[in-house]
Amino acid sequence: MSDAAVEIIQTRSKSEKDTNDDEPVVVARAVYEHPFVVRLCHWLNTVSLFVMVGSGLQIFRAFPSFGAKIPQKDLLHWPRAFAIGGWLGGGLQWHLTFMWIYLGTGVFYLGYQIFSGNYRQVLFTPRDIPGVWPMVKHYFFFGPKPPVREAYNPLQKQAYTTAIILGVLSVVTGFAVWKPVQFSWLAWMMGGFHYARIWHFAVMWAILFFVAGHLVMVILHGWNNFLSMLTGWKKDPEY
Amino acid sequence: MKRDDRKIGDRKIDEKKFRQNGRRELLKLTPVLALGAFAIPSLQEGLLKKGLGFSDWASARLFRSAHRAPEFDNADLTPFAKFSINGYDVEDPGVIFENWSLTVSGAVQKPGDYTLAQVQALPRYRQNTRHICVEGWDVIGRFGGARLSDFLKLVGADPTARFITVNCADDYYESLDIATALHPQTLLCYEMYEQPLTREHGAPLRLQIPTKIGYKQAKYLIDMKVTHVLDRVGYWEDQGYSWFYGL
Repeated sequence: MSDAAVEIIQTRSKSEKDTNDDEPVVVARAVYEHPFVVRLCHWLNTVSLFVMVGSGLQIFRAFPSFGAKIPQKDLLHWPRAFAIGGWLGGGLQWHLTFMWIYLGTGVFYLGYQIFSGNYRQVLFTPRDIPGVWPMVKHYFFFGPKPPVREAYNPLQKQAYTTAIILGVLSVVTGFAVWKPVQFSWLAWMMGGFHYARIWHFAVMWAILFFVAGHLVMVILHGWNNFLSMLTGWKKDPEY
Repeated sequence: MKRDDRKIGDRKIDEKKFRQNGRRELLKLTPVLALGAFAIPSLQEGLLKKGLGFSDWASARLFRSAHRAPEFDNADLTPFAKFSINGYDVEDPGVIFENWSLTVSGAVQKPGDYTLAQVQALPRYRQNTRHICVEGWDVIGRFGGARLSDFLKLVGADPTARFITVNCADDYYESLDIATALHPQTLLCYEMYEQPLTREHGAPLRLQIPTKIGYKQAKYLIDMKVTHVLDRVGYWEDQGYSWFYGL
């Protein structure tokens, strides 16, 4: 259960002999929410996702369309300033380099979550379904705050589980675009190279949509919550 | 903060201990800063070159000699008029067909000039395959020509050679790993849509390699070298593109 993830830094109790002058400053409770591997992967992924999106948009700039080359109908003109690599070749260098960091981080994260059992903290299961609507009402329709019992509420679990699935899909669609011959079955499953490219693009936007929501929530939940993704410990948890 | 909401006991922490612990945990994340090396201008180029090299290495490992690129029905073909023409400088370098020959050199038993008729005397293969440009667009074309592997047999290429390099009438140059050169779908292409290759598409002879990205498929070939050591890689590779770029 999630309680396993909850640890407390105990204060020195009153009965303990405390002769030196540094009096224990009693503040609050703290729980250990994010294991080291999760935090490490979170920040590695922050960097590599940023590079993958920036360089991916640079690659997209070379042919900002999904139809035929003749006649070419551009979908959108992405500004060069919001792309990484300077030109198509540079974008490809960044993309083909950071995809290994992105993939490696993802595999390491998933392996850790599965083998440590920590996945229970984040995996959305049918058990969480009844809790989704009250959270939605609370966040978006000024509903009362449902009681919190775990590090992640049902809506968070749903969001993070979706983000992980999107991460996997970004890699799978990416391989179909990179290797449409060696992994022709993969491209075929997606409707061919043409569609694999569309899926890869769509998955990126879905991830960006998650990131936008994620950042809003981080800002709303304040400093202690943000700090916990750096140190693992959360001061004054809500549960 | 409503204290009564809490499920577990109201145990307290020591601010100093909490801070110390936080700093220690934060320091453990320093490996992430290693990625900052990519932001250092003097290191960036080398690191990206290594990254691209690793991708090429992985590409070469993933290449399977017996795995064929998907082939398509005639109904799936992109109309010839919609088959984009990509050149790096000119669309027609003005090859004089009567005087044309392919000069073969390097690790071969029979170096020299080979005529188009000699290439066309080899078994002809026709295939409907997808041509993918590094920019992201793709077309399905019908290509015809001799297998490069048959031609290499004809010229008596050293079976231990590792690369093929080609030069083109428009000064373009490219190189191929031998595994791809010997792939059954790698053609010395002299026809498209069952018609002689047009000048814009690389007449009289071009490479057609459905297992590679578009820029590897050099047009207007004028010479070919079979070699153990790569001295020139390729025009776009020299600008920073991937060398192997297998699909």
